[in-house]
Amino acid sequence: MTLLTAHKVRHSFGGLRALDDFDLELHPGQLMGLIGPNGAGKTTVFNLITGVYRASEGSIRFRDRELVGLTPHEITAHRIARTFQNIRLFRDLSVLDNVRIAHFSQSRYSPLEALFHLGRHRREEERIIEHSRRLLAIFKLEHLAGETASSLPYGLQRRLEIARALATGPELLLLDEPAAGMNPAEIDQLMEFIQWIRREFKLTILLIEHQMRLVSGICERVKVLDFGKTLAEGTPEAVRSDPAVLEAYLGEKVVV
Amino acid sequence: MSPEASYWLQQALNALQLGSIYALIALGYSMVYGILSMINFAHGDVFMVGAFLCFLAGTALGLPFAPTLILAMVGAALLGVSIERLAYKPLRNAPRVSAIITALGVGIFLENLTLAFYPYPQNVPSLLENITWHVGGVSISSLQLTIIGLSFALMLVLDHVVHRTPVGMAMRAISWDRTYVPLMGIPVNLVISITFAIGAGLAGAAGTMYALAYPVIDPYMGILVGWKAFIAAVVGGIGNIRGAMIGAFILGAVEIMVVALMPSTYRDLVVFSLLLALIVWRPYGILGQPRVQKV
Amino acid sequence: MTALKLRWQWLLDQPWLMPLLLASGLVLAFAIPRFGLFNNYVQMLLMYVGINILLATSLNLVNGYMGEFSLAHAGFMAVGAYISVLITMHVLPPGAHAVLFPLAVLAGGAVAGLMGLLVAVPSFKVRGDYLAIITLAFLMIVKSALENIDAIGGPRGIPGIPRLTSLPWVFAWTVALVWLIRNFVYSRYGRGVQAIREDEIASDLMSVDTRRVKVLAFMLSSFCAGVAGALFAHLLQFISPRVFDIVKTTEILIMVYLGGIASIGGSIIGATLYVVLLEMLRPSTVAALLAWLPAGMFDVLEKYFINHLGMLRMIIMPLLLVLVMIYWPRGIMGKREFRGFIPRRDKAAHRPGPMGGGATEHDAAHRP
Repeated sequence: MTLLTAHKVRHSFGGLRALDDFDLELHPGQLMGLIGPNGAGKTTVFNLITGVYRASEGSIRFRDRELVGLTPHEITAHRIARTFQNIRLFRDLSVLDNVRIAHFSQSRYSPLEALFHLGRHRREEERIIEHSRRLLAIFKLEHLAGETASSLPYGLQRRLEIARALATGPELLLLDEPAAGMNPAEIDQLMEFIQWIRREFKLTILLIEHQMRLVSGICERVKVLDFGKTLAEGTPEAVRSDPAVLEAYLGEKVVV
Repeated sequence: MSPEASYWLQQALNALQLGSIYALIALGYSMVYGILSMINFAHGDVFMVGAFLCFLAGTALGLPFAPTLILAMVGAALLGVSIERLAYKPLRNAPRVSAIITALGVGIFLENLTLAFYPYPQNVPSLLENITWHVGGVSISSLQLTIIGLSFALMLVLDHVVHRTPVGMAMRAISWDRTYVPLMGIPVNLVISITFAIGAGLAGAAGTMYALAYPVIDPYMGILVGWKAFIAAVVGGIGNIRGAMIGAFILGAVEIMVVALMPSTYRDLVVFSLLLALIVWRPYGILGQPRVQKV
Repeated sequence: MTALKLRWQWLLDQPWLMPLLLASGLVLAFAIPRFGLFNNYVQMLLMYVGINILLATSLNLVNGYMGEFSLAHAGFMAVGAYISVLITMHVLPPGAHAVLFPLAVLAGGAVAGLMGLLVAVPSFKVRGDYLAIITLAFLMIVKSALENIDAIGGPRGIPGIPRLTSLPWVFAWTVALVWLIRNFVYSRYGRGVQAIREDEIASDLMSVDTRRVKVLAFMLSSFCAGVAGALFAHLLQFISPRVFDIVKTTEILIMVYLGGIASIGGSIIGATLYVVLLEMLRPSTVAALLAWLPAGMFDVLEKYFINHLGMLRMIIMPLLLVLVMIYWPRGIMGKREFRGFIPRRDKAAHRPGPMGGGATEHDAAHRP
């Protein structure tokens, strides 16, 4: 049973074909990598899945529900979350609020209840706070709950972004270059971390990454994109020695 | 010529005149927005000051048309540059909102300053001998022709400057990328000041012509005329010189048509509603391009 | 932290503080007119302060907390003013005025609130400068429309409005609505509003229903502006389209940005400061302030400065605004809040937790 199926997805920006005949299958619990040179269309895939763009053609189904045409927050409410290539935290808001905001669709109280402090409002607010603080604690950020997000060092900001994404209660997590700017030791820690959250939160993970160390280290399956087209797909080892992939990365025909 | 045809031809002429004046004002908004991404909310009041300068020149100084026009244009240009240097330059890296509010404040300041000197509307003396010809049922006045002709001439000069001179090239370069352009040896501050000067000068010319065409002026005239011209610039595509002109002539045509077809009190209501509808339908204007945001 | 500061914070955290202050305020609001504790002029000033607080706080919701740029606020004020006046002058039986006044005010606010939708919808697709332009056009349209309806006085406006606004009413409405705004800000909707300001796309992706949140924010904001307009109309006793123009909007903008964006306390400060400053620039006030100067000096000042203050005031005021924007752009309380306004639950939630977390035993074993 597949969790996410993308079928013949195409997307263009004006005259530029960003993604062509893109297919994808993700099984529950899988950890898959999406790699390719810059501009290959990887982030476009994320944007299409999460509804930031609407695919011109093709279908993206998540648990038998068509995602194309839904708004981003509807898709997130369907249990898909993501992080961003350039960190997009709510910079002037507190660490706690960054996480609390992600609970928006999980609370149900109406504006009237909010305005007049009626009914479910209080209960749900306390639940949100409790859940957020617990999440922060798990990510070792609880002691910074009151700090402004922008005041955190880079590494902690990345961690907060993942915590925030997990606050939406996703089944599928999309990580966009989580290892950007990290040295090998940090990447090793990150690999452990990603596998840990996969187990702990029962996630399926699709990640975009340039750092081969991470991709080879933890991805079960890898898909290679170039100029919007899929070049290869398979295990990290198989893909690494694929001639088409090598040509795309090294720019010349390589005799294997 | 049939009465209907000559009626509409007459209206077309009126629309051309009005549109020309709007165009001169709209250009100032577009140029400043293009180069600084800033809405110069005080621009309409610079137009008003231009009209009052024309009044001053005509009455207190008793000057004929040509020197009056030059005085108004130069005076307005100086005013524009002063505003830029004193009020906008310190805020170039501040949040956009600060600049907008400051511009609003400068506008109110100009209105009230003028009000202090001229608490009552003033009558502008006619500086141009106005000959009217009647051609096939259409009245054409020399004043009309002067306004239209002069405006077009100014617009042509501007188009030339922007698209065919180094200064214009610098202006366009800065509008694309303000950060790296100084690194290429372009004196950004100077170019910005020149942009304001030109824009304000054109507004001064517009003020003069408006004062001669519709001789009663008051310190609050800049609000209505200015805002309409501004919205016209947006309709055409703000930041785009040719767009500003197109938008302004559309505005002129719409306004004249509305007055021709409905009670004149509805003029502003319909004009603003139509402009609003146009903006909502095409937010980036007729010739504008959206700035694509990368996610 | 000094002992004094700790004491102060402790006081601000007490749950009985706000109710006590508000109760005292209410008592004062009744006592002042009843016992003439201040003269009529000062009472009027107090009422203006209250109305301005309402205007500034509600505009701050959209411009400050949500980071939009709406110029339409005076338009919503106008709607509230006109609707409420029509009701009190044409619908309500004269005897019932005083009692049914709140209904008229509520009606004015409700219609204004509905019109907030008209501005919210374009905000789905456009932001920043473009929304500013659309809201400006909206303001102009409201003004033009009012000028064209002769039944409500057209450009000449409506004189002779009954003086129904009183200090207790202003106090009650202002406190009630600011309380509602505060509750909104500290709810999931208010957090959504701020998320939109920080990063709209990211908010959408973090499950915030941005459309719904925007509609709510705009409607609440314009509702409050409508109420303020209704109170204003029944205080000034005269309204015309001219009163609700871009200058009026600019005044409210000054209050918001001077006091500080995204801050209820900031708007209260901004509104108060604005009224006070304008009052201080009156000839009578300045004359009184400078009365201690030697006669010769005072006479010169009076001739060239004080007598012209009426006119100078409107020149100095925008100049002051420009100076504030250049040297103090964040305003007095930019994005910060009075401790007393923050709900206890929020203050508690933000306390720093134990170092390292470790909430489950799973953690201890698999510490990332």
